[in-house]
Amino acid sequence: MTDLFFYLFATFTLGCAFGVVFSRNPVNAAMFLIMTFLGMASLFVLLEAYFLAVIQILVYAGAVVVLFLFIIMLLDVKEENTHRVTPLTWVASLIGFALLILGVVAITSSDNIKAVGDTLPEAAGASLKNFGYELFTTYQLPMQVTGFLLLIAMIGVIVLSKRMKTD
Amino acid sequence: MTVGLEQYIAVSAALFAIGFFGVLRRKNTLVIYMCLELMLNACNLGLIAFSRYHGGMSGSVFVFFTITVAAAEVAVGLAIIVALFRKRQTVQVPALNALKN
Repeated sequence: MTDLFFYLFATFTLGCAFGVVFSRNPVNAAMFLIMTFLGMASLFVLLEAYFLAVIQILVYAGAVVVLFLFIIMLLDVKEENTHRVTPLTWVASLIGFALLILGVVAITSSDNIKAVGDTLPEAAGASLKNFGYELFTTYQLPMQVTGFLLLIAMIGVIVLSKRMKTD
Repeated sequence: MTVGLEQYIAVSAALFAIGFFGVLRRKNTLVIYMCLELMLNACNLGLIAFSRYHGGMSGSVFVFFTITVAAAEVAVGLAIIVALFRKRQTVQVPALNALKN
């Protein structure tokens, strides 16, 4: 049953990702992006990372894509007219894809992954209590640094979007 | 076939490849940025899968920090795109060739 759900959600996610790449209208691309993030959140649920699934929906589908839509609305982006894909793009994409396939084959055929086997360890990431405990003990310093990073990002956005006098 | 770590890594790599293809193919800066987000998410999926099969907390916590940093990055990146649009009146990549030649 879980396998069926995995294949269902994986197909859904990949299909919507293709939609992001191939849709002409940026608004459609943003909508496909929301669907992709929802599919990924369901994959997170299958991996028993419930907290991260909720964070994924809240932060990505809730905040990031809405920000994208606001900017699309603000800039009034036109639909792209027909553009040709240069041979260089194809070559670069194919090389990148081949390298990724090589990496996946290398990882999946290594002995370490064979040692994982079918026995799953207990899902430590499933419990919210574990998460909070780890974040505020072992990862206390990164947590503080992240907070500071968000503050800096906020200041940076304000500086960037302020109209300069010289305009 | 039962779903194991390999299947999750394959999905993650495929998503990364699709995002990469989008970055190379699209001409609109905003859509390129969306494809970058896609690539970031693919990495998150791989990390969570590894963390699940390894059995520790570190991978999940790392994904938590990645999501936070990605949110900050999106805010700054979109502000840069808006500033760019104000200056050049376009966000199409072929028109932004000030550094060419």
